[in-house]
Amino acid sequence: MSLIEFADFSFKYLGADTLALRKINLKIERGEYLVITGPSGCGKTTLCRAINGLVPQFHRGYISGNVIVDGKNTRENNVAELAPIAGLVFQQPENQLVTLNVEREIAFGPENLGVEVNEVRRRVEELIEMLDLEHLREKHPHEMSGGEQQRVAIAATLALKPQVLIADEPTSNLDPRSAEIILDLVADLNRRDMTVVLVEHRLDLVSKDASRVILMDQGCIVADGEPREVLSMDLCQEIGVGVPKATQLYKRLRDRGFKLGRVPLTGAELATLVQEVKQR
Amino acid sequence: MILLEDVHFAYDGLYTALRGVSLQIDEGERIAIVGSNGAGKTTLVKHLNGLLRPDQGRVILDGVDAKHYSVAELAREIGLVMQNPDHQLFLDSVEREVLFGLDNLGYPKEEAKIRCARTLDNLGLEGLSSRSPFTLSGGERKRVALASVLATEPRVLCLDEPTIGQDALQKNKLAKMLVDLNEKGKAVIVVTHDIEFVIENFPRSVAMADGRIVADGPTNSVLSNDAVIERCSLTRPQLTETARCLTVCSQRFLRELH
Repeated sequence: MSLIEFADFSFKYLGADTLALRKINLKIERGEYLVITGPSGCGKTTLCRAINGLVPQFHRGYISGNVIVDGKNTRENNVAELAPIAGLVFQQPENQLVTLNVEREIAFGPENLGVEVNEVRRRVEELIEMLDLEHLREKHPHEMSGGEQQRVAIAATLALKPQVLIADEPTSNLDPRSAEIILDLVADLNRRDMTVVLVEHRLDLVSKDASRVILMDQGCIVADGEPREVLSMDLCQEIGVGVPKATQLYKRLRDRGFKLGRVPLTGAELATLVQEVKQR
Repeated sequence: MILLEDVHFAYDGLYTALRGVSLQIDEGERIAIVGSNGAGKTTLVKHLNGLLRPDQGRVILDGVDAKHYSVAELAREIGLVMQNPDHQLFLDSVEREVLFGLDNLGYPKEEAKIRCARTLDNLGLEGLSSRSPFTLSGGERKRVALASVLATEPRVLCLDEPTIGQDALQKNKLAKMLVDLNEKGKAVIVVTHDIEFVIENFPRSVAMADGRIVADGPTNSVLSNDAVIERCSLTRPQLTETARCLTVCSQRFLRELH
């Protein structure tokens, strides 16, 4: 059984005129690293909310079809029941931070799920170490920079020990180096069997780690496959997906009859491929 | 036009954010401010419109010390779009949100309507004008916040992380709009982590670390300077990285030849 399964799932927010998701059919297997991308307003965030039950449990509206997460139907299980399975990091981390310091913030989720005190303490220490939060331990989340808040929100989500980490643009407030560090961490979690679902516009940063990319447009999934395959489709540019510069250059060279060994996703990969051609 | 002279600032007098920043911004410039989280970028731009006042040093607008102006007076000249749109949006329709600023700056109703419609159109928000900003997606809300300031066409436009949540098409539209305004003589300043957006659209870059400016110059040279990249937690633009790798390879090749 897939970890997450969308079956003909459609959703319309209360008061909205159009469907946010239209007949989504999607299976996500354990251990996958899935990147969801697509134009602004295409339904990416709604899809994330549908995995941990915020849609339809918190955000109400018209619904048809089903989402089954680890055997649980999100229509029938509340967010508290789904939270230990599917941990969601919001787009604006500030909107999910609720306590007065970082330690309490990380402890908040497991405490609410009734996790034993010593275990909560152990998780807090582990995550402070893992996300390099020691110097922020006593700090109020609203006194931190956007990037720091993002790291705290990730720690607070991981404290629930979810089976799948869903992150909605988790690096949007981070400087490029901190973004790399967070994404390396996510890739590492994925190597240690954590299923990852990541929403991202900056594909130059994430596509190298992903096992699969899904392209959404107007509430539908319009492409689904291996990153190199999806990102070299013309459809990407047509609907406004930010294709990495190295991939764009590959396509331009290909159109002029200059074929590189494979589709590059990073600047360094492109350099290696050009070197290979030179040596031939 | 704007001159910062040795500006120092500490939040609550305790948390030092700026340690002597000097910067000159001229009419018609397009400048990107880049640097690590907590480097002081946002603190710096909040000094431009008087939201923050220097503890030490001066901010000078057209030769006059900005301390003589209120935030409301500075807002006529310098428009600031904040990082989190939710800190800025408060009305119940997109249109009202955009008209609010125009109204406050005393634009006649007709002119305000025209400007509002044009700005919404330019930012791909034309279909959403009667929607409540709070029912929109994160990227759309960001554009509403941008629209509310862009519509007033201030002489200096200052945008904190304008590309967050924006897809490639929206980013291109935004860039085009900024270039158009710039060509009308407006100065445009962005704070951003989006290096590709910087290299494509901003001729001048200012790199910050630890409350100081560590580099200021043509974007190409700032973003290919290894020391700056390291110090400011930046990464090279992809094609700069490619060029660097190829240069390293050919140097190694040359060394082996000898």
